Amino acid sequence: MALTPQGAPAPATGLPGGPPLPEGDRGSKILGPLRAEGARGVVIAVVSTLVFFSVLVLVVVNSSGWPLIKESFFDGEVFAEAFPKVLEKFWRNVFIFCVAEVFVLIVAMIIAVLRSLSGPVFTPLRVLAAAYTDLFRAVPTILVIALLGFGAPALQIKGVPRSDVFWAIVALVLVYSAYVAEVYRAGIESVHPSQVASARALGLSRRKTLRFVVIPQAVRRVIPPLLNDFIGLQKDSALVAFLGYREALRESQIIQAEHFDFTPYVALALVYVVITIPQARFVDWLVARDRRRRQVGATL
Amino acid sequence: MSSQANGAVALRIEDLHKSFGKLEVLRGIDLEVDEHEVVGLIGASGSGKSTLLRCVNLLEPIDRGRILIEGDEITARGVDVNRIRQRIGIVFQAFNLFPHMSVIRNVTLGPIEALGASRGQAEGLATELLERFGLADKRDDYPDRLSGGQQQRVAIVRALAMKPDVVLLDEVTSALDPELVAEVLNVIRELAAGGMTMVIATHEMGFARDIANRVCFLDDGVILEQGPPDRIFTAPEQERTQRFLQSIIDAGRM
Repeated sequence: MALTPQGAPAPATGLPGGPPLPEGDRGSKILGPLRAEGARGVVIAVVSTLVFFSVLVLVVVNSSGWPLIKESFFDGEVFAEAFPKVLEKFWRNVFIFCVAEVFVLIVAMIIAVLRSLSGPVFTPLRVLAAAYTDLFRAVPTILVIALLGFGAPALQIKGVPRSDVFWAIVALVLVYSAYVAEVYRAGIESVHPSQVASARALGLSRRKTLRFVVIPQAVRRVIPPLLNDFIGLQKDSALVAFLGYREALRESQIIQAEHFDFTPYVALALVYVVITIPQARFVDWLVARDRRRRQVGATL
Repeated sequence: MSSQANGAVALRIEDLHKSFGKLEVLRGIDLEVDEHEVVGLIGASGSGKSTLLRCVNLLEPIDRGRILIEGDEITARGVDVNRIRQRIGIVFQAFNLFPHMSVIRNVTLGPIEALGASRGQAEGLATELLERFGLADKRDDYPDRLSGGQQQRVAIVRALAMKPDVVLLDEVTSALDPELVAEVLNVIRELAAGGMTMVIATHEMGFARDIANRVCFLDDGVILEQGPPDRIFTAPEQERTQRFLQSIIDAGRM
């Protein structure tokens, strides 16, 4: 289970001045050698890949345990029944992670800005922001969901919402804001001090300098790690199943129990793969484009 | 550009001291710049030219002394630094344009956000200035797409758009390819001809001699010698000034 958000390494790699995601050229490396070798290379690559995977499939399918595996995980009938049901409930996950993401982007920015305030007057705010990120990066996401999702409604205090989805979203926002705040902070620190000097020299206040000069540049630089964290959040929306809320994972669990068959889980995994991979490729593309731009900029 | 009635002194610096840790960079600078005067600051790297300019713009807090603009003490306690900086334009060696904004946005950001000008007003003035300095067609381009010389001219326009009392130029041609230096120097010449009060830190001795009404030689954190450029460049009194100028001549830069 994805207890650790995808973007966890982002703050470390997105250090000031450094590229946000050095491993981002993964995509082009898969196909990279082909371009250098020309047509003959392409033929060799296609043939060797086909042969390799055909052999792999044959070996798996002809192994003694295969019929059992097929029945438990890849049952066509169960799949046909489960997939539409799981997909329908997946919209609940979509709702959870979309709403959470909107708040994450806002809350994280507030925390990042608090942490970047300079001056002794702001020490309490800086401490608060640092404590927040430390705390919520330390506690497992599923534990925060359990604490709030089971705990908060149990208080039965008037005015406190009792909906488990509400508290699950709050928990996801709390956890992911801590990660995303670090991503933003790395972006803010990567903006060169001369940019600040330049804005201040025009007579702009600290606040306006942050708003018009620092934050726009910082956010542009961290879009790839932000997207990575968003992908992590999408996957962690499945943790809400732990509260018994009937989203896609819980739905597949129910169908699995009816049939004593794990195919519903595979169906859900397929949904995640289908929505996540295009996003990951998009991030790769963004990183590559960003690097090209920066190289152009560096030839000044 | 401001025409306050009380006297012709635009900028006055009294006994200015500035240290970075144990390193004393400025050790008692006294300098008066009249309105419409162009003062050239020359001196070796590390002599304190840039620090002096950054102090005048309050980008560096000073340790001792006073700075007055048009008679107002800007280093007094409790002054609004944002308002003061609006009266002093500064142009940096590395241009420091905002890379995420088009040329017109770079130039209008200060007037709109710091001076409270309307967008129409600010764009009108910006367009006028860009036209004056041959940048009208770059209006909507981003800084990355401009040459170094064009970027530096935009940076000068950005400073001028604030209608400053004084403009400080900090080695504005040092980061440029040699063939781009002239276009920037021509802009500064035009400003001088228009009566802009300027303090120019520069390595371009020929230019300093040509444009400055007065040249100050900074050495080891003090103004060792100052006077009309013809005298400083032909008959310097101090031995260290002579040696500095000789080294420039030896390097073939004058």
